[in-house]
Amino acid sequence: MKDMRTPLSRVRGMGAGHGGTEHFWQQRLTAIANLVLITIYLFVVVSLATGEYGSVREAFANPIVGVGAALVIISACVHMRLGMQTIIEDYIHGPLKWVLAIGNIFFACLIAGVGLYAIIKMSFGG
Amino acid sequence: MSDVKSKRPLSPHLTIYRFKATMTMSILHRITGSALYFGTILVVWWLAAAASGPDAYASARSFFGNFFIQIILIAYSWALIHHALGGIRHLIWDTGHGLSKETSTRFAQATIAGSLVLTVLLWLGIWLFA
Repeated sequence: MKDMRTPLSRVRGMGAGHGGTEHFWQQRLTAIANLVLITIYLFVVVSLATGEYGSVREAFANPIVGVGAALVIISACVHMRLGMQTIIEDYIHGPLKWVLAIGNIFFACLIAGVGLYAIIKMSFGG
Repeated sequence: MSDVKSKRPLSPHLTIYRFKATMTMSILHRITGSALYFGTILVVWWLAAAASGPDAYASARSFFGNFFIQIILIAYSWALIHHALGGIRHLIWDTGHGLSKETSTRFAQATIAGSLVLTVLLWLGIWLFA
């Protein structure tokens, strides 16, 4: 019998799932990024959290601190979206799964949006 | 297919197994991951307060200085460190190493011991030097 798949489909080799190893790979990639970035920012936050308002604003006005903090937010939010998606897929079945899967993406984007806005505002001294 | 509700037998799940170090760390990895997920609300709230101005930052600072919130922050930092150490374990496993029964059990023991020790050291450092 003739193969019904298109040549492109055969080359991509994704099958019916339409996806490959992106989830696995991005989870590992952001895990490595988080290990480096969050270790550094743990000490940044600890050194600032007990301090005055002025010292926090001064630190985040520094471009290196600002860019690094933005990368933490992006890497952490991608990582936690993937992780929570796995938990939802493992334990929640039926229609509720889709509600939570969509809510998970919205929550991760909301956290990233608010975090990035705050960092950018402090970077440009608003 | 997710709506199928049949009486077919399921494979045995958590309730049937005796707890082992490796499975406990696996479960804790998920629990700490979930805690970190929702705890990001506190992180971005602190950032947003600092970005909003001195008054908002002052109220956030007094909130985080509260005794009960400090305990939550200690637990949150433990969750972060535990999840990070568990993540390192997973990255080692991804290379194909450390998968034997003995080694993975030692990894599990090192994860819980390491996370507790590092959390204590972190907060001793905060209280001594801050």
